[in-house]
Amino acid sequence: MATIRFTVNGKTRDVETEPDRPLLEVLREDLGLTGTKYGCGEGQCGACTVLLDGQPVLGCLTPAQAAHGHEVVTIEGLARDGALHPVQQAFLDEGAMQCGYCTPGMILRAVALLGAHPHPTDAQIVQGLNGNVCRCNDYHRIHAAVRRAAAAAGKKA
Amino acid sequence: MPAFNRREFFELAGTGLLIVAAPLASEAQRGGGAASLGARLHIGEDGFIAVLSGKVEEGQGALTELAMVAAEELRVPVGRIRIVMADTDRTPNDGITAGSSTTPRTVPQVHRAAAAARSLLLMGASRKFGVEAAALEVRDGAVAHGGRTYGYADLARSPEIAAAYKDALPEGTEVTPAKDWQTLGKPQVRLDARDLVTGAHLFPSDIVRPGMLYGRVLRPPAYGATLESVDLGPAQKLPGVKTVREGEFVGCAAPTSYAARKALEAISSTARWKTVEQPSSDGLFEYLKQHASREDRTPARERGSVARGLAEAGVRLKATYQVAYIQHAPMEPRAAVAEWQNGRLTVWTGTSNPLGVRQALAAAFGLGTDKVRVVAPHFGGGFGGKHTGEAALEAARLAKEAGCPVAVHWTRAEEFMWAYFRPAALIEVEAGLDGNHVISSWDFVNYNSGAAAIDTPYRIPNVRVRYVPSDSPLRIGSYRVLAATANNFAREAFTDELAHAAGQDPLEFRLAHLDNDRIKNVLQAAAGKFGWKERRKDKRQPSRGIGLACGTEKNSVVAACCEVEVDRQTGSPRVIEVVEAFECGAILNPANMKAQVQGAIGMGLGAVLREEIRFKDGRLLNGSFAKYRVPRFQDMPKLEVILLDRKDLVPAGGGETPIVAIAPAVANAVFDATGKRVRTMPVRVPTA
Repeated sequence: MATIRFTVNGKTRDVETEPDRPLLEVLREDLGLTGTKYGCGEGQCGACTVLLDGQPVLGCLTPAQAAHGHEVVTIEGLARDGALHPVQQAFLDEGAMQCGYCTPGMILRAVALLGAHPHPTDAQIVQGLNGNVCRCNDYHRIHAAVRRAAAAAGKKA
Repeated sequence: MPAFNRREFFELAGTGLLIVAAPLASEAQRGGGAASLGARLHIGEDGFIAVLSGKVEEGQGALTELAMVAAEELRVPVGRIRIVMADTDRTPNDGITAGSSTTPRTVPQVHRAAAAARSLLLMGASRKFGVEAAALEVRDGAVAHGGRTYGYADLARSPEIAAAYKDALPEGTEVTPAKDWQTLGKPQVRLDARDLVTGAHLFPSDIVRPGMLYGRVLRPPAYGATLESVDLGPAQKLPGVKTVREGEFVGCAAPTSYAARKALEAISSTARWKTVEQPSSDGLFEYLKQHASREDRTPARERGSVARGLAEAGVRLKATYQVAYIQHAPMEPRAAVAEWQNGRLTVWTGTSNPLGVRQALAAAFGLGTDKVRVVAPHFGGGFGGKHTGEAALEAARLAKEAGCPVAVHWTRAEEFMWAYFRPAALIEVEAGLDGNHVISSWDFVNYNSGAAAIDTPYRIPNVRVRYVPSDSPLRIGSYRVLAATANNFAREAFTDELAHAAGQDPLEFRLAHLDNDRIKNVLQAAAGKFGWKERRKDKRQPSRGIGLACGTEKNSVVAACCEVEVDRQTGSPRVIEVVEAFECGAILNPANMKAQVQGAIGMGLGAVLREEIRFKDGRLLNGSFAKYRVPRFQDMPKLEVILLDRKDLVPAGGGETPIVAIAPAVANAVFDATGKRVRTMPVRVPTA
């Protein structure tokens, strides 16, 4: 067992845990942050995507100890004072989900993509989100939501 | 407070709304929906309206659709409706959520209940105003007359309305005709979207109960393997771990998933198994033919005489089609939490069939169904793959022995191997053309996969269709539109072969054989938008081809056109563009309808291009997302969806049928590109 000290959604957290335990399980089971989902456990579907120091990582393949001393953002940490993050808002406005199970991972992946490419091309959106699976195949609306979020950010700037 | 026994009520979280609990189990067992108005709908004293349905939400959009229906009839914004779904203690028996049945069967009931409630409110208001109900205006949750209004919440307090909740739904209540719809027929984002984008929604795998442990179950290494011995000792020594063995069932529960996994590894390493010989996916189709049910048990449906038709035909063609086993692979694998309290069992789980799972739990534990409650929160996808309650049963067993609530979350590997599959199909078809290039006979047999959409919509004088069950090597079950995909694939691909043999354009050939105007309409809509006639004449790059197909099932019709590019080296096709037209009567929520069609096309592309379960010696060879490639962003073609809205037709469900046209359209486009017929799903184009 080890004490993992890290920042989760802006708050410092100490977790007593096995260092090799997946970050996904620490977030869900120890911290009650169930918005991050298990999809495959082998890094193939992106449902467990969270941001580690602003970079997207797969919670199922990231050992808890890798988060020690770092900053993690989950889907629960995106909204500010009840106001949705622009990417969340774009997914909502576009209605870009069916079952919604992949949605948190998609949104975090899109946040990271737009951080790197504020004005992504269609090809960059496809490439950036290709690691995230939506089995409902709602890809067209998700793609539209990412474009909408980029456009909204462009207007604001 | 209406005169109900206190325990007949429960509080709807967050609204302070009191609503009437479902009818007694004995009433619910009769099926056919709510026994009383109050079991279906309740107008809260806070102005919110609760609608109860035994249907589940799994992404298909039932929740929002039912809310829109109630909002339409009660003339309130959709946001004023609270939907309570899939709780066997509380919601009426609306049957399993399958077969595109919510729209044709549950929607009319909610329509009628909401319309009946509106007329009750009008009657109440009429008494208060002292004027005829016909003189009153209903808008935005209130009844108005001459500048004065009564809110629904005020009216709902009257003893007459409270009493009416106990009454059966009046027959023949008039509902708003489609042409007058204000809410229905307009695009509506799903009502739970905000909870989905914030991660606040609790899926079945997110449910946590006080003192809950995480459970795991020991699985055989192969299908048909039986447990010879196992030693639970090493696992029992691990801190906080509880183990269970009941015959072949072996499981464990621990304070974390991690600890449960370690405990299961400890158990697994001691387990000795006896395996038996199992068929493999190589040679599957010979196996299915060899193990087919006897002919006398599977009577054919025949019109005219196929024997005579074929004997007299000018041209005879024959082909065999093979469709692989595939997995639903919903994003959320099976999950359940079980909790025992005072001899009563509550299970939260992702299933399309809460009443069926309740029955299975009651049977497994020797309980009356009144001692079991199954709740199915909006779960992470089903596609027909979650009609059963495996995780529910496992969680309940573990919870019973552990003496505390237990969650069982299947891993992806478990979901691949131990959920059920869409059945593989072997289809043999033979047909003849007469001297006028008209199809004169059609002989079609499906082995193993099912009879859905097995008949042909084309006008053919001599037709014989037959479904022959076989001894499926893999566990099979429902899948979006069942065998209609396989049957439609074979029929539409073969019809293309006949059109080619007749020297006719595939579109014209189909239209000439169709009497069903609805199919003709979608064919023409898709072909028109795609530019079929022009693109047939265009000279294409040699590796590219176009194809089309149509189909009908569940009172809806679909047609798709597509363009593909085939890699000459690998033979693998890429779909560049799809235009699909779909019609299922009057459309309730166009936004959701479009998403269902787009999603069905994407899912259908997976099955025609790549998806195939391979197995050997009772083990899956590709039971993971790394090896079983489902469609991703990069696989999506340019896509155009045309929805034909028929306000004059009763709404049919639309979540399934849109999947059936894409596979044969792709196969036909591959032929156009390569001159080679593709008779397998997934497609395998012969190279060189």
